Amino acid sequence: MQTVVTQTSPPKKSFLYDPKVRGIFYQVLLVAIVGYLFYVAASNAIDNLQRAKIASGFGFLENTAGFDISQTLIQFSAAGSTYGDAFLVGLLNTLVVSAIGIFFTTILGFLIGIARLSKNWMVAKVAMVYVETLRNVPLLVQLLFWYIAVLGPLPQPRNSIEMGAGFFLNSRGFFMPRPVFAADVWAIPIALAIGIVGTILYRRWAKARQEATGEQSPIGLVTLGLVVGLPILTWIVLAIIGANPISFELPRKGTFNLTGGMQILPEFVALLLGLTTYTAAFIAEVVRAGILAVSKGQTEAASSLGLKPGQTLRLVVIPQAMRVIVPPLTSQYLNLTKNSSLAVAIGYPDLVQVFMGTVLNQTGQAIEVVVITMGVYLTISLVTSALMNIYNRRVAIVER
Amino acid sequence: MSTTVDFPHFVQAKQVEALPPPNLARGPIAWIRENLFSGPFNTILTLVVFYLLYLTVPPIVKFLFIDAVWTGADRAACRADMGGSEAGACWAFIRDKITYFTYGSYTGSERWRVDIFFALLALGVGWLLWLKAPRRDLGAVYFFWLFPVISYILLTGGNADFSGRFWIGFLIFGALLIAFFALVAAVLKTAIRPPLLIGGGIAAVIGITLALIDMDFGLRPVPTSLWGGILVTLLVATVGIVFSLPFGILLALGRRSKLPIVRMASVVFIEFVRGVPLITVLIMANTMLPLFLPGDITVDRLLRPLIGTALFASAYMAEVVRGGLQAMPKGQYEGAMSLGLNYPQMMILIILPQALRIVIPGIVNTFIGLFKDTSLVAIVGIFDLVKTIEASRIDPNWAAPSIGITGYAFAALFYFIFCFGMSRYSLGVERRLASGQKR
Repeated sequence: MQTVVTQTSPPKKSFLYDPKVRGIFYQVLLVAIVGYLFYVAASNAIDNLQRAKIASGFGFLENTAGFDISQTLIQFSAAGSTYGDAFLVGLLNTLVVSAIGIFFTTILGFLIGIARLSKNWMVAKVAMVYVETLRNVPLLVQLLFWYIAVLGPLPQPRNSIEMGAGFFLNSRGFFMPRPVFAADVWAIPIALAIGIVGTILYRRWAKARQEATGEQSPIGLVTLGLVVGLPILTWIVLAIIGANPISFELPRKGTFNLTGGMQILPEFVALLLGLTTYTAAFIAEVVRAGILAVSKGQTEAASSLGLKPGQTLRLVVIPQAMRVIVPPLTSQYLNLTKNSSLAVAIGYPDLVQVFMGTVLNQTGQAIEVVVITMGVYLTISLVTSALMNIYNRRVAIVER
Repeated sequence: MSTTVDFPHFVQAKQVEALPPPNLARGPIAWIRENLFSGPFNTILTLVVFYLLYLTVPPIVKFLFIDAVWTGADRAACRADMGGSEAGACWAFIRDKITYFTYGSYTGSERWRVDIFFALLALGVGWLLWLKAPRRDLGAVYFFWLFPVISYILLTGGNADFSGRFWIGFLIFGALLIAFFALVAAVLKTAIRPPLLIGGGIAAVIGITLALIDMDFGLRPVPTSLWGGILVTLLVATVGIVFSLPFGILLALGRRSKLPIVRMASVVFIEFVRGVPLITVLIMANTMLPLFLPGDITVDRLLRPLIGTALFASAYMAEVVRGGLQAMPKGQYEGAMSLGLNYPQMMILIILPQALRIVIPGIVNTFIGLFKDTSLVAIVGIFDLVKTIEASRIDPNWAAPSIGITGYAFAALFYFIFCFGMSRYSLGVERRLASGQKR
């Protein structure tokens, strides 16, 4: 028996069955629909704006703002500053609270993450309760709780809580000594820069020495001395020769309010507390997952090589855990930055509160304001994730 | 052959004493010694933690339970001194306001409708989340079509009262739709029955939905401005999940598509939404949506944040679903194609059922985030649970120092119960899914 295979030319198919043609058709359809939606939205917006007599364009940024902001890092006054200045003030406030928040939340998050893995049952359980509670309650509720329930009942300025050394706490915020910089303060940053450069050079030398001779150098001590000690030494020397580079202006108690010193708004304190404690719960989980991701064999292998527990942690576990930790850690930093926009709920003058709140209401130019504000957050996010991708490419395991 | 081996001096030559057997002592004391006081550092740590607990836990318990005021009609009860110390949590306030926290200002005699909505929601969620439930495909139809329609009618009162012209317009639309499908079938020279069924089915589903909304069930209309409290919180969350899941799947498929424009559009949408805070999206929906629509159409104030949250959640859902699609082995796609399935068949019958199943934990986690984020609608003036508490907190009838803390403690408890429950569920599913891979 033989099977006869007859070769026939494939039947001619309609071009409608060609995946390429279909693909082009679907994409043209999508572009048409999206384009039509944009066209309708734009023409309606132009209509509505004309009817409501709202100007368009970015000219409003030059107009006088006419409102005050409670926390300004740059010169700002209701009469003399523009909406553009208000935007900058808001942006700086957002960046300040995010930066300080990221600093504290990293420390707290790592501590709690490590505590969750502790062999000490008590410590592990307390850390677990912290994480589960903070993660499962909305940040807004926590912020309102901090702001109204905890910071609200603080005493009037007259009965401020004195914490010594010029620190006061009352319903208007947290008061602390303000550093006043003299003209020759520039010596200290220069000392710091010298210290950092010196540290880098020393580390390079120490590494070369270890590779050549196997002897180790006291890197930690030298780093501490150069980076922290040198600037402090400069300060002391300057103080001794009579040029006091930094003096402190203490807040003084008046009849109704504290004068002088540095005032930190209660809104800022509440926002910082809320963001820090909330994000720390997420970072703790990231850290825990990262450490657990390093297999036990790595630790055992390190021990069998004769590394001490501290060295095992520093040289074997942490470098590998960081590879797992850093990407989600960055997205937590981004989340914190984005969540700082909840400031609007408690009245901290961040970008959203100042620009999308006050400026939007005063000018009515919704489209421009929304575009600018979203653009800022988007830029921060995209730049961060671009940096993240570069980092990932550097640390990724190279396989085959 | 001589076998002299030159023992280096570090090789042990004589027998070493055996180590003592591991401490098998059991009982609470051994456990405490092992887990709390195993060394000087651990001992100090344990003592520090105990001290911290001593500082924090007793005052909290005292405030929440021992000194708490459970009954009372107004602020007088919560201002009374409790034997020297100030009154603790004012639970009487919550008891007094609980209907407001649940229904907002929803018309008093119509609140049974809200209760039915809650029950229907619980039914749908249970049906979908219980993995062994019967006919979960019907559950999906219920949750994504029937339940939203019924809820809409129940909560608003339905009876949209479409005009005759509207219905004529719809009939023309339906006829055109069916004709379009028939035309496609004719051009492609395929069987005419399935396209007709699909076109007719779509038209019928839309028609039934519209007819139900149009029908007068004798329910009194309740304007959305009266809705509030837990009702709105659950509503925003439900709308978020009902819209974000299908839309997120579409976006995820778009992002993995081979068509460059489709892929780019999906990527731009997803990355844009994920790069901005939800509150800016809500403010955008609030201020810009009315601008983009013709001047004579007004968007319901509750609908604006609903659209904002739904779009926002879709972008996050899309990334979760994409994870599932990427985790599918290539053989699944190739197997489907070699069976001759086309793209929709391959996705609906082969890929999505598996991909969605492995990302259930991710979906639930996204939903937890969405549920917590619903509280942000309070900032744009919607009376959700947080906003109703804000509004009640300043009620002069209940002006007492502990009202703020009590209110937020209640809100925290409410969100905690839901989110914690969901996270336990997702952990359980994760464990179940992982059981196949466990060695």
